[in-house]
Amino acid sequence: MTTIAVAPTVVTVHRIEVSSRPGQRDALAEQAMRTLQQAAGDAAPRDLHAARIFLIEGVLTSAQIARVADELLTDPVTQQCVVGASTSPEAAVVEVHPLPGVMDPDAEAVEQAIAAMLGITVSVRTGVRFDMYEISAQQSKQLAMRHLSNAVIQAVLEQPYHPEAFAHGSKYELQLVDVPLRDLNEQQLTELSRQAHLFLSLEEMRAIQAQYRKLGREPRDIELETLAQTWSEHCVHKTLKSTVVYSEANGESDKGLPRTGVGGLCIEAMKGRPGHVLNADGTITIHNLLKSTVAAATQELIADGIDWCLSVFVDNAGIIAFDDEHAVCFKVETHNHPSAIEPYGGAATGVGGCIRDIIGTGLAAQPIANTDVFCVAHPTNWTAETLPAGVLHPRRILNRVVAGVRDYGNRMGIPTLNGAVWFDDNYLGNPLVYCGCVGIMPRDKTAGDARTGDRIVLLGGRTGRDGIHGATFSSAELTDTHADEFSHAVQIGNPMTEKKTLDAILTARDHESGCLYSAITDCGAGGLSSAVGEMGEKLGATVQLERVPLKYAGLSPVEIWISEAQERMVLAVPAEKLAALQDICELHEVDCTDLGTFGTADHELVLNYHGTEVGRLDMRFMHEGVPDTTRVAVWTPEEKRATVPATDAQPSIQDALLQLLAHPNIASKHWIIQQYDHEVQGRTAVKPLVGIHGVGPGDAAVLQPVAGSTQGLAIANGLVTGLRDDPYIMALAAIDECVRNLVCVGADPDRIAILDNFCWPGCVDPQRMASLVRAAAGCYDGAKAYRTPFISGKDSLNNQFAADDGTTIHIPPTLLISGFGIVPDVNRCVTMDAKSAGNVLLLVGDDGAMSLRGSHYASMFGCGDAELPIVDLESGPATARQIHALIQAGVIRSAHDVSDGGLLCAVAEMCIGGDVGAELEIDDASSARLYHEGPSRFVLEVLPGDLQRVQNICAALVIGTITNDGFLRCASANVNMAVDELREAWRNTLDW
Amino acid sequence: MNKGEILTMSKPKALIITAAGINCDRELAHAFDAAGAQAEMVHLNTLCRQPGRITSYQLIGIPGGFSYGDAVAAGRIMAQLMRQYLYQPLVDAVQRGTPIIAPCNGFQIAVQMGLLPGPADGADWPSEPPQPVAALAPNESGRFVDRWARVEVPSRTNCIWTRGLQPSAYNAMLPIAHGEGRFVMESAREIDALDSFGQVAIRYAADDNPNGSMGDIAGICDRSGLVFGLMPHPERYTSWLTHPRWTRLDASQRTGEPIGLAMFRQAVEYSLAGVVV
Repeated sequence: MTTIAVAPTVVTVHRIEVSSRPGQRDALAEQAMRTLQQAAGDAAPRDLHAARIFLIEGVLTSAQIARVADELLTDPVTQQCVVGASTSPEAAVVEVHPLPGVMDPDAEAVEQAIAAMLGITVSVRTGVRFDMYEISAQQSKQLAMRHLSNAVIQAVLEQPYHPEAFAHGSKYELQLVDVPLRDLNEQQLTELSRQAHLFLSLEEMRAIQAQYRKLGREPRDIELETLAQTWSEHCVHKTLKSTVVYSEANGESDKGLPRTGVGGLCIEAMKGRPGHVLNADGTITIHNLLKSTVAAATQELIADGIDWCLSVFVDNAGIIAFDDEHAVCFKVETHNHPSAIEPYGGAATGVGGCIRDIIGTGLAAQPIANTDVFCVAHPTNWTAETLPAGVLHPRRILNRVVAGVRDYGNRMGIPTLNGAVWFDDNYLGNPLVYCGCVGIMPRDKTAGDARTGDRIVLLGGRTGRDGIHGATFSSAELTDTHADEFSHAVQIGNPMTEKKTLDAILTARDHESGCLYSAITDCGAGGLSSAVGEMGEKLGATVQLERVPLKYAGLSPVEIWISEAQERMVLAVPAEKLAALQDICELHEVDCTDLGTFGTADHELVLNYHGTEVGRLDMRFMHEGVPDTTRVAVWTPEEKRATVPATDAQPSIQDALLQLLAHPNIASKHWIIQQYDHEVQGRTAVKPLVGIHGVGPGDAAVLQPVAGSTQGLAIANGLVTGLRDDPYIMALAAIDECVRNLVCVGADPDRIAILDNFCWPGCVDPQRMASLVRAAAGCYDGAKAYRTPFISGKDSLNNQFAADDGTTIHIPPTLLISGFGIVPDVNRCVTMDAKSAGNVLLLVGDDGAMSLRGSHYASMFGCGDAELPIVDLESGPATARQIHALIQAGVIRSAHDVSDGGLLCAVAEMCIGGDVGAELEIDDASSARLYHEGPSRFVLEVLPGDLQRVQNICAALVIGTITNDGFLRCASANVNMAVDELREAWRNTLDW
Repeated sequence: MNKGEILTMSKPKALIITAAGINCDRELAHAFDAAGAQAEMVHLNTLCRQPGRITSYQLIGIPGGFSYGDAVAAGRIMAQLMRQYLYQPLVDAVQRGTPIIAPCNGFQIAVQMGLLPGPADGADWPSEPPQPVAALAPNESGRFVDRWARVEVPSRTNCIWTRGLQPSAYNAMLPIAHGEGRFVMESAREIDALDSFGQVAIRYAADDNPNGSMGDIAGICDRSGLVFGLMPHPERYTSWLTHPRWTRLDASQRTGEPIGLAMFRQAVEYSLAGVVV
């Protein structure tokens, strides 16, 4: 009889610690130490060691564990490992581990690798161990809880964590839950909406009540949840699509601004617009605000001959023609509320969601660029003591949102090319995170529609409890207890799953037998309920919920249906093509699940779970039943609201220049930009940082989207929150700035498309609603004047934070305009860095009233009674076209827009970018002249011999020459400063 | 046989290995195409099932990216899979004289799967994947960085990809984009040995080392000079329009061959020299 070595049969959790070998650098520890020193100062430990922890649950021999530890988890040159827990008598040990159910991308990858190495299925969890020296156990735990972890997603333990088994969830027993609603009174309806986190208004609850009274039954929980998701502000944009009755307090228009004509907005000027009706009482009614302003401008431009818009406002992104064979699309999303609570995961899943919008546009586009814009509080204005409860420090928020965008975008292999950061203390509890994505697709793949009989196919990540109620959460106001109440709405993304899904989808799109699906969309807010609901709107759909692959057992059908788990796409697949799609997904290791069928006799949505019908909804009621609301908007033009009163002691021009360059809005963002891969895919012709040493702040990035073609695509944004006192003027300025940024690098102003992203505080207040109306009116006027159609947009309202002391901090109304434009020939591109000594500097564009109001100078030093500078809707667009003609003629050596910080900052940035000096000759070199931020202006550098040619095309004022002595001089303003000094001031502020 | 068919036949075929998280495959293929090869992308899972396919290619690229999310460490999991399934087929390819380039994540993988720096002079490739003797550790700055770095080609290198390249000052730059690119070996002695055997294929300029690599090493090759791993991305610099300051160069300065493209051209020429047409 032979003996057989007995393999272990007991499932055990093995623990492996991996750390740097002595003498090797310990990046994990260094990063943690830097964080602690920045955040806690003297309270930081004297020394700190770190180790990564891998917990592996499965049936493994000790030899197998040793092999996993040595070959898979440890680098033989730089690292060492311990199986079990090392002892460290002198140190305080704390460990940070993800809470059960929280996405752990590394753990998933290790599970896969062990399966490939050993052919064994295991469960893996990862964590981090910190050994802190000369510090008490309690202090070390405090530090880890405050600065090295986030209680929303992680647990902090005071000793090595080595559980006997993992929690795996338990089997779910079906319970059908009816929600009695038909007999509730108004107060009870309101209570139900709040308690069940539905965030539906009373009118909406009553519409649902009426529907179910008609049906003669109570709604199932899954039906009510579906309606709450579908009708959420996040999904249907109720406010921007509402009817608005707009009036001006006291019947007045802006004080100091003309009542009609180009220079302002008044009711008189609004009455002829599409969807606007003047009422007898002098108020104006606007039907569907968005359609009557932003979208109306596009429709009018298309009617007026713009023929390159291929899809506007209907798909997940707007699409324009690029060349005869290719189209490009652009979408910008916000992920504000999740980023307030868990900035890393919030920003990362924001990026991931926006990328999925591009993948879900038409029959799928390939993402080629990302953009990101953040609005946060001033990091230096807040300490642990002054920070309200429930708020993360702005420095931490910025650090972590940058890391989130970096890790997701870089892993997806998409260059992050353009962005901005705006600092204002009113973003304290409610930061803004805008994520944009640009894609390219064949012209014949720009549209798709699900057909009756198509299979409903889910691709990508598994479904868990994460992200439940994300759509409704993002539509609500943040409070100090939101981190507890809505922790399940916060997620960590897994870019690997999304990348694999993208690879599989592009392969299926370009399949030799033709595209393998007839429609595609992403699972975003509202999860499957939104994705299937939208795709099946005209057809109906039957879904078998038990087929959805789950991360763990125990999810109810409601949870499966509304979970916003990341990295999932829904496809409508003709039955005969399903097998080919499944083969592709198998190769790419992507889950591909047939959930049911599109098309029912009565166009209903039917939800089944293991053969039991758990919900049935009329598609028409779902999509058209949301009651139209009427909002009241009253504009009170405030008296001159200078941000800071003019002080007696104004700084010298020189001191002001240094302080402005160091202002975080203006200061160099290289710390952020260099963490992003802005060159992956190899198409980036003009990079975000330009100039001789790669430090100059480029106005826009330029891609060559099609290999072998020199036609380019420029990407930029406009964000002029300084002008928020009148959002109409702010919107015009944002469009103007975006266009100027694009034109500066070589984009054709007649081929620019733009996007709107409104982030507003709650608009129940008539004054805030009026500010939204005015911003929308600015979008309408600006888009028409510049002939830049809006192709897509998004709004995020209720951006405010209710602190525990009863105060509410409202964000400033914030309108981001993102734009992309065609560059006819990349060889003609121009960058903003000054090129050579002897060249002439020109100012183009009307210097106008030289009003400091709304400028960075005014925010720091005051500005008195000035008026907001307003875009001239005739000369602004005309100037942009002149600049383009000059660039096409090849006579511009460098071009830069005059914006944040005004003329002198623009020239200083050009000198920094080119590492040269400049000698300015400017009459009336006052603070107002040098620092006002009036719109539509450019600084150009030309060869002296080209001056006449330039002045033949546009009115250009000679303001100085480039020098090679490294000094910026302006005798009339007593400016004589080394460019090195300017660069240092400009680069230090955010050199984190 | 018409002219088009002759041209197609004379183009060496380049294998681009894609995998979950590899994301520089398209630009690597484009660089091979621009240099006169004909690139094809094949998924790692297909190759692991059919390793014999490797024999039909005359050039091989292991692209950059974040294979398997760079879970555990950059390139670790893909290196494990390749050790298991593709080590021998790739060694066979080297012994047939097939040039292999592995930029960025590819370099991290090549080092961990035992392809680089390869066996000592005269020694055979071991039959089992050897223990790694070099590592690409986290950057000295502790974070991911994307920028261009000035580079130099050591005159004594025997790397067929870089040998003899003498780029002008403004051409001697390559983009880097990585968080774990600090080249380390056990001690300075191993670094010196690499150098003395011509295995240092490319260096950062001493005052422009972006990650703290020992010996300013940006890329190395095996003794044969065929297997080339480097942290910079030459495939992203095959046209002057991706040079970081091309708008400052006049047209006469943009006429030469970008150094990135030159590397691919040298490998294609090497491969063609060995191809019987």
